[in-house]
Amino acid sequence: MNTLIIISLLGVVAMMADALRFKKALLPIIVAGLLAGLGFAISSWNTNLSYYHEMVLFNNYSLAFTSLMIVITLLWMIISKHYFSSSSNMAEHAALVLFVLTGAIIMTAFSDLSMFFVGLEILSISLYVLAASNKSELRSNEAGMKYFLMGAFATGFLLFGIALIYGATATFNLAKIASFISVSEAAGNTPMFVYAGVLLIMVGLLFKVSAAPFHFWAPDVYEGAPTVITAFMATVVKTAAFAAFYRLFSTCFVELSGFWSNTMAVIAASTMIGGNILAVYQKSLKRMMAYSSIAHAGYMLMAIVAMNKISANAIFMYTAAYSIASIGMFAVIQAMTATGDESVDSLKGLSKNNKGIIVFISALVFSMAGIPPMAGFFAKYYIFLGAMQSGYQWLTLVAVLSSLIGVYYYFRVIFVSLQENNESEGLTLNRGQWTLIIASALLSLAIGVAPAVLSTLSL
Amino acid sequence: MITLLLLFVPLVASLACLLFDKAKVKVFALGTSLINLGILAYAFTLFKSDMSYQFLVDYWWVKDLGISFKLGLDGISILLVALTNFLMPLIILSSFRNDYKNANAFYSLMMFMQFALIGVFAALDGFLFYIFWELALIPIYFICLFWGGEDRVRITLKFFIYTLTGSLLMLVGLIYVYLQTPGAHSFDINALYSTALSASDQSWLFWCFFLAFAIKIPIFPLHSWQADTYTDSPTQGTMLLSGIMLKMGLYGLIRWMIPFLPEGVDQWGNVAMIMAITGVVYASIMALVQNDFKRLIAYSSVAHVGLIAAGIFSMNIQGMQGAMAQMLAHGVNVVGIFFIADIIFRRMKTRKLDELGGLANNTRVFTILYLIILLGSVALPLTNGFVGEFLLLNGVYQYDAWMAAIAGLTVILGAVYMLRSYQKIMLGEPHARSIEFTGLHQTEKIVLIVVALAIIVGGIYPKPILQIAGPALVDLLAQVKDIN
Repeated sequence: MNTLIIISLLGVVAMMADALRFKKALLPIIVAGLLAGLGFAISSWNTNLSYYHEMVLFNNYSLAFTSLMIVITLLWMIISKHYFSSSSNMAEHAALVLFVLTGAIIMTAFSDLSMFFVGLEILSISLYVLAASNKSELRSNEAGMKYFLMGAFATGFLLFGIALIYGATATFNLAKIASFISVSEAAGNTPMFVYAGVLLIMVGLLFKVSAAPFHFWAPDVYEGAPTVITAFMATVVKTAAFAAFYRLFSTCFVELSGFWSNTMAVIAASTMIGGNILAVYQKSLKRMMAYSSIAHAGYMLMAIVAMNKISANAIFMYTAAYSIASIGMFAVIQAMTATGDESVDSLKGLSKNNKGIIVFISALVFSMAGIPPMAGFFAKYYIFLGAMQSGYQWLTLVAVLSSLIGVYYYFRVIFVSLQENNESEGLTLNRGQWTLIIASALLSLAIGVAPAVLSTLSL
Repeated sequence: MITLLLLFVPLVASLACLLFDKAKVKVFALGTSLINLGILAYAFTLFKSDMSYQFLVDYWWVKDLGISFKLGLDGISILLVALTNFLMPLIILSSFRNDYKNANAFYSLMMFMQFALIGVFAALDGFLFYIFWELALIPIYFICLFWGGEDRVRITLKFFIYTLTGSLLMLVGLIYVYLQTPGAHSFDINALYSTALSASDQSWLFWCFFLAFAIKIPIFPLHSWQADTYTDSPTQGTMLLSGIMLKMGLYGLIRWMIPFLPEGVDQWGNVAMIMAITGVVYASIMALVQNDFKRLIAYSSVAHVGLIAAGIFSMNIQGMQGAMAQMLAHGVNVVGIFFIADIIFRRMKTRKLDELGGLANNTRVFTILYLIILLGSVALPLTNGFVGEFLLLNGVYQYDAWMAAIAGLTVILGAVYMLRSYQKIMLGEPHARSIEFTGLHQTEKIVLIVVALAIIVGGIYPKPILQIAGPALVDLLAQVKDIN
């Protein structure tokens, strides 16, 4: 809870930075605040405290995801310094990012549907603005607009679903909804509109995690938004969306899994296949990462489909591995954005200009593609194990085959980086980008070598 | 302790290679690989040839999921570790005349490869085995990608995706078997062996595992990555691939498939056998018509390993013993013959048979050494190749006489294509450039002499090899028969 308070206060403080003229000191304040938040999150491990008439519940699950998101945000700060310092609206941008994080933390900790909705909206509305924050760029405006329209539409679905559930159960509280459903399922008189509500909530959430066939907004928004914001969306926001998705479905709707799990399995399969195949054809690295993030959403959905005792750990491992590797890749994309050419081909000469970087980039690529001993492999392994335990052999096979397609386009990053660039100077990374790439590569390796540290947390 | 040393000396060396001075890194790599060979020799003095796993190391890795860091050597694995450690110094020595760009990275990857290979052969935990299996793919991928030929990007990607397909299928199979282990699930080899899988499960699991191993070996018709990759890799990469890495697949069949899928093997063994033997004949014929020397060796290698796989699937002691003997023999011979191809290529700048000729006139030592290695490859009696091939054909004959007859063609065809290449390269009219063919350098001589000696000694006195592997293989077959 302290974490949540600190970070939302930090957002308010950031808003005032412009008016009270302490813009220069803002970054250190934010970093200190995030570290304090992280400290509080870790120190309240195993406390399981519930606040405000069971509106939020900070159990280990939410604390683990909160800590992960703060760590990713800290990593993200390394490359986003430039984004903040160069714009005149630095204070607003910083505040919005912190509000996204606030919303994200609520999304991992809600124990009430109204709180869930509030968290989701705090996150989404701040993001709509951030996506459009590069005002002079047409693509950024387009991204913001598209994201807003599609997002509002999905929110409508979600809200409708929540209303139907409320209509049936007369409560927003997750535990009460769960007990209502288990009683009514046992008696066989569950009202039809509970099913409708679950379906509508599912659609709304599938939109937020960009699962096929609700993924069409993702590539355009990812490509159009400023690169640092895309990096934030692909990591922290994705983590929050999956944390909320799993939390909601594992506490409330487990009893109804016979109703939704097959639909979800098919959606997971088509998301993996679709995302991976479409990524192959992308020329722009940023767009490729967008499709790859769609594909990764498919793998994470597998854990929700499997819904057994290792699923929570599996999702946590996967979001951690994926976010850490992605944030490193976005450091490369940020360097590309600076040159104005985001195509994969513009990676040429990267290895020559930045001696040694290829080792770390390869490590990140391996983690994304799920090759041992990187974190990504173990994350995939936990997902596969969970799916096999719940008897989804076919889904595991689909996942395995689609991850081969992943290898095809991820490895292009390595090939092209190794080639020489005869036309222009090629990319050069600045110190922040170097640091982030090395840090995320080493973190990926560390998780890969000692996965037990994360995988055995009691979530 | 010894296993840990064997495993981690190369890993530490691999990291140290990155820090070393560019000029000395070759010598350093050679030195550590010799140290590792020394450790192995010491291990042999302590080794008892019975069927047990020795030099056991067992720690938990991820306890909740029953994944342990368990290593050990029995008669089967110690021979393959020996092959790895014996070939590594030779392969490194063979690179001494090459000046690779980024030599530090090259030798670091080589040592890392050794680490992964030893891990594959020593792992006694299914998950650990899988990790090492995949780890072995990474260094060789980069070796081919950085130092390979013109078309390397396309070829290495094909190679990588091909083998990864198999690996991932195996992962699915492994997880399934793991979930069937009794009690708290475990990847321990004994737990995996004690599963009682239904016949229908074994039937589909067979393909998960078999495809993974068959791609690596490679068994016809899954061999299409192989000739290209061999041709385009730098020589040392090709040596690693053909000398040691192929054996991962064969070892996998023996250790990680047959013992817990006996009924699957019963159902599908015949199909696997037909695939293997078709491959033997097909690859021999392909080798006959090749003009590129390296490609010719690549196809001859497919033929040899096809026969080894057939021997394994014959499921009798002769076939298994033959497979072990031939794995070692093929490893040594193929490294020798690829080195010969490299020596010729570096001097003549061509590998095309019709552009070579008459090299025998220039250098006598080379001619003799080449001849010995060649005779080892065509399995002349009193060379190491003969022992394995004889036992293999014997094993296959007991399984089915007709198959043995067809597989036996490899003896004839092998002699034909090998001698044809020898004739084209060494004999006949000297080609215009043949005068440039200079004598052997010191390091080249050492490598070829060691290989030639191994061929002759292995041919005259193969008993130790058969004795070391024997008890473990007998035990393995008995286990399979028990379950049936």
